[in-house]
Amino acid sequence: MSDTPNTGTPYPIVPLEALAAASRPGVGASLRLLPAAARLAFRGREAAIGPAGAAFGLELPRTACRFAAAGTRAALWLGPDEWILLAPGESPAPLVETLEAALAGLPHALVDVSSRSVGIEVSGPRAAFVLNQGCPLDLALEAFPVGMCTRTVFAKAEIVLRRTATDIFLIDVWRSFAPYIWQLLEEARRGTG
Amino acid sequence: MSGAFRTPTGGRIDRLHPVSFTFDGRHYSGFRGDTLASALIANGVHLVGRSFKYHRPRGIISAGSDEPNALVGVGRDEAHFTPNLRATQVEIHEGLKAESQNRWPSLAFDAGAINDLASPLLPSGFYYKTFMWPAKAWTTFYEPKIRAMAGLGRAPEAPDADRYSQHYAHCDVLVVGAGPAGLAAALAAAATGARVILCDEQAEMGGSLLASTRSLIDDLPAQKWLAETLATLAAQENVTLLPRTTAFGYFPHNMIALAERVSDHLAVPDPELPRERLWQVRAKEVVLATGALERPLVFPDNDRPGVMLADSARTYVNRYGARPGKRAVVFTACDAGYRAALNLAAVGVEIAAIADLRPSPSGELASRALAAGIEVRPRTVVTGTSGRLRVTGATLARLGPHDLGPAQKVDCDLVLMSGGFTPSVHLFSQSRGKLVWDETLRCYIPGTSVERERSAGASRGLFELGEALEDGYARGAAAAQAARGGSAPARSFATLAVRLGTDGHIGATPHRRNPAFAKAFVDWQNDVTAKDIKLATREGFRSIEHIKRYTTTGMATDQGKTSNMNALGIVSEALKTPVPQIGLTTFRPPFTPTTFGIFAGAARGELFDPARTTPIHGWAVENGALFEDVGNWKRALVFPREGEDLHAAVARECRAVRSSVGLFDASTLGKIEIVGPDAAEFMNRIYTNAWAKLEPGRLRYGVMLREDGFVMDDGVIGRMAPDRFHVTTTTGGAPRVLAHMEDYLQTEWPDLDVWLTSTTEQWAVIAVQGPKAREVLAPLVEAMDISRAAMPHMSVRTGRVAGVPARVFSVSFTGELGFEVNVPAEHGRAVWEAIHASGQKFGITPYGTETMHVLRAEKGYIIVGQETDGTATPDDVNLGWAVGKAKKDFVGKRSLARASMSAPDRKQLVGLLTVDPGVVLEEGAQIVADPNVPVPVPMIGHVTSSYRSAVLGRSIALAMIKGGRARIGSRLFVPMPAGVIEVEVAEPVFYDPKGERFDV
Amino acid sequence: MLLIDCPYCGLRPEIEFRYGGEAHIARPADPSALSDQEWADFLYARTNPKGKHAERWRHIHGCGRYFNAVRDTVSDFFVTTYRTGESRPETEESAR
Repeated sequence: MSDTPNTGTPYPIVPLEALAAASRPGVGASLRLLPAAARLAFRGREAAIGPAGAAFGLELPRTACRFAAAGTRAALWLGPDEWILLAPGESPAPLVETLEAALAGLPHALVDVSSRSVGIEVSGPRAAFVLNQGCPLDLALEAFPVGMCTRTVFAKAEIVLRRTATDIFLIDVWRSFAPYIWQLLEEARRGTG
Repeated sequence: MSGAFRTPTGGRIDRLHPVSFTFDGRHYSGFRGDTLASALIANGVHLVGRSFKYHRPRGIISAGSDEPNALVGVGRDEAHFTPNLRATQVEIHEGLKAESQNRWPSLAFDAGAINDLASPLLPSGFYYKTFMWPAKAWTTFYEPKIRAMAGLGRAPEAPDADRYSQHYAHCDVLVVGAGPAGLAAALAAAATGARVILCDEQAEMGGSLLASTRSLIDDLPAQKWLAETLATLAAQENVTLLPRTTAFGYFPHNMIALAERVSDHLAVPDPELPRERLWQVRAKEVVLATGALERPLVFPDNDRPGVMLADSARTYVNRYGARPGKRAVVFTACDAGYRAALNLAAVGVEIAAIADLRPSPSGELASRALAAGIEVRPRTVVTGTSGRLRVTGATLARLGPHDLGPAQKVDCDLVLMSGGFTPSVHLFSQSRGKLVWDETLRCYIPGTSVERERSAGASRGLFELGEALEDGYARGAAAAQAARGGSAPARSFATLAVRLGTDGHIGATPHRRNPAFAKAFVDWQNDVTAKDIKLATREGFRSIEHIKRYTTTGMATDQGKTSNMNALGIVSEALKTPVPQIGLTTFRPPFTPTTFGIFAGAARGELFDPARTTPIHGWAVENGALFEDVGNWKRALVFPREGEDLHAAVARECRAVRSSVGLFDASTLGKIEIVGPDAAEFMNRIYTNAWAKLEPGRLRYGVMLREDGFVMDDGVIGRMAPDRFHVTTTTGGAPRVLAHMEDYLQTEWPDLDVWLTSTTEQWAVIAVQGPKAREVLAPLVEAMDISRAAMPHMSVRTGRVAGVPARVFSVSFTGELGFEVNVPAEHGRAVWEAIHASGQKFGITPYGTETMHVLRAEKGYIIVGQETDGTATPDDVNLGWAVGKAKKDFVGKRSLARASMSAPDRKQLVGLLTVDPGVVLEEGAQIVADPNVPVPVPMIGHVTSSYRSAVLGRSIALAMIKGGRARIGSRLFVPMPAGVIEVEVAEPVFYDPKGERFDV
Repeated sequence: MLLIDCPYCGLRPEIEFRYGGEAHIARPADPSALSDQEWADFLYARTNPKGKHAERWRHIHGCGRYFNAVRDTVSDFFVTTYRTGESRPETEESAR
């Protein structure tokens, strides 16, 4: 053991909840921490896809980078055999039970990742401008329409980004990266009114 | 007062808004719209800097980004100071503070100017020739002295207080340059509905139109047309106009980097605005309308303050209402010199003479000059200038058939020069486009494009206003068409503008001065003269790339904007070789110097990197933990108590775990859920051990190899169900392991019905370790039995802990009885606190990673990446038992069969005990068998881990040593700067070698 | 920064991808049947062409899929991309 260990960066790390509580709405863009949600990672062969959607209550989108929504629930296409099933405000255990019952014997994987990430809403007329300070994708409405979702990056973190309205983007980011993302978004928001 | 050299009217400056600023502490006044250069010129100030090598007095040569001389430092304080800005690009604002550079003690009297007298000692390549002996003097004398003398501006002394932002942008058509061609291109592209970005490095868009006085476009004066065009573009939603924005780099697949200066020009910038913004533009198509740069003429003493590019002088007069002098001599090889002379004469500058290199100047401009009574001397050169801090005269001589005629001195305070125009092909060249030599224009122009890009207007040699507009429009329309279809309405531009023709000169001009002393500058910024370049050719340099590096011509921050073509011309003449056969040096980004801040953007200080924290981080902070960085994670290193040093704290934490119970945050462990009917088969192929027979509810330690047979990662894996494994990986290895697994699954075994999901952040992991661990946990557990009988070492149970759904592993990385409690991340802290409370009666002790390291080392447990270095086999680190010998195949198995992988002299993991138990070895220290043999002493291994062990009351170490296991019991040596340390090789398990403490 | 055409997601910036080395090097079905030399060739020998190169990429910060691409190592331009398991499309040989 070294006598002078690297004791890490000395600055205080602000918890996400404190960052969110201190955030003020802006004319150009606002940030909001989204409430907890059940999130299930669903992977599977062709035979399992239809039953999974049926059990979840909406058809899983087969078009790349699109999500489907029904009520508060949404299914996000993340890869050709990969979806995130999202149920805000719900508890994951009953959902897992329902889905596993419907998928018994079908080749699939269902993993509860509800606690893995947190949701952040970026809204306002300058939301795309703010996001483009860390996200390299074209966020013009014609290139990233309402209904689109994808994994991508924001600065040095991976995110799942989706657009629910012209002026509303939702970010899903792994928990430990969330304060970093939030602070960068606040920084990006400066000067947008 | 705004300067004695200000014209009474005219220009684009805002005469209603005077602006005061300081230069080298002196107060001056200018107008809004002035650059620092134009304001200084309006005040009669030309001396603005000292040259790089000879410290010669230097003035303002140009009016744009090509300026090699007028480099200044600007900033209200050290935290806002930027050196080496071109005064021609600095917009003045109220209170601006600028200073000159590279002079001491003052600009007018500079001690370094002694170099100018000593210049015969400083020929090209002088640093390769002069500072060779004695060798030692290089570091002690020459380098410090040269460093002190060289360089231009000074670095600011305070951290940069400004903010910078970065922005990704996308468009159909990016137009670089808002001169006539660029504006027309933007008009055409915008008319198709395409998304257009138009950028220009100047504060005002318009390029050459900004200095126009007489041209008409569509029957409008050019500046009126410009205003209307800009208004048209600004009104379109699909157009983004970016003034003050330099396209400085052209990167593959049409990624163009733009530097926007957002707030430097404001006296009181809005704190919410960044200073600069980096635009990373991905354009479907690019139109380069970067214009052309005027070439200087290379004649002796062409660097005195007051010697200036002719068209730049015209810009100062027409655009800024600033007269660069009272009496001018014009030296020209083209019609641009006449146009400048006429424009200057119109505001009262006396034109003493126009010396024209050409034998018989003709055309509209020459006629107008003659009609205006200006003396025109054809076939005449300027052979020198006089004056010290400002030019006071020029010597003219007529070119005879074989020699120069008699010299005649003409008094003047301004010498204008024009060698014609060079298309600005920097960005085209950066895009890897092929340049071609145009023999008519005597310049390089864009040839074959590589990227989806096209040049327009003067940047491809179309210098006349009308043709630039037509070309720009056509190119803009074509770009939009290529980007997204749709065609622009047909449009033509009726122009009335003087034609400049295509005459010009490259290379040096003749003179009669002693060549050893005449300084005819080619590269002002690096102080390279025609003589230096000729010397390089005499010394045998032929390639322009070599000549460039030997003489440093074109290597300064101005990227040779004013110097490259003349250097080529001189080489061409010296080698009697046509220019196109000499080649051209490479243009590299950035086009103009760029701040470090813009590349850093928001990634500085606490936002430099993500600081990943666990759900228990806040508790650790509140309880006084010190942290260490493990990748991006902040991990609690140790929890020192009041008055404890690090060693004492670690010793206390270790003792607590060994004697009672400790609590450790293991949340950063990588976790992967492997699920599907073929999960066990997949595990069999990826890990060295066998998995098929592992029962659900049991754990197994797994080792993973790369295909080359070396240990890649390890971890404890739980079988949650027949088709579900909960895999753990090292903290740092998690992404790498998942990528490795995905690689095999997707590309080698796509037939397997199994899927991988990262659950690292799903679970908070709380390790409860020590003989009292079960007693601490038991009261909190529901819906599972963790009794000794029901839950043996290395098993996993699902239930609830402290009311929260949990997966509990009975596993130990300490050698003691232990549990790892996995709970959903958001409950991590509450469960941690519940366990902490439950453990109070046993004195439960939170411990950090340092204690964890000591405890595992006492047990001889490896850490992948610490004991292993990518060249260790499982057997090397005593994990041979974890390799399933009966398995037909797994990743890395075939490599283990190579003879060298089981050679007896491989480095093997052993323990080391220092003969003096108080000595703690240094990790990484080399180990030798005999320290007394002559150097180089053969090194047989190295220390991988070393700690003080509280429970053993002595130091312990792990080491990788050649043939180590056979050396157990023997003595080796660790030579250190303070002396040789003697060690005994030992078994690597120092504590509880029989493993009796897991199951207490 | 390259622009890469993911066969699933379309054109995306390079920053979302991870390079995966030369494509179409299948892991031998029975590694134990290979000589040391053959195994070493599988592990380490690559064609490293100047010109068209079939290589693997993973859209790691996107759909997560591996796919193959033919890229000209001289110009850095992609000729084509295709899904894992598909054979290398016919492309004209490199001029260089």
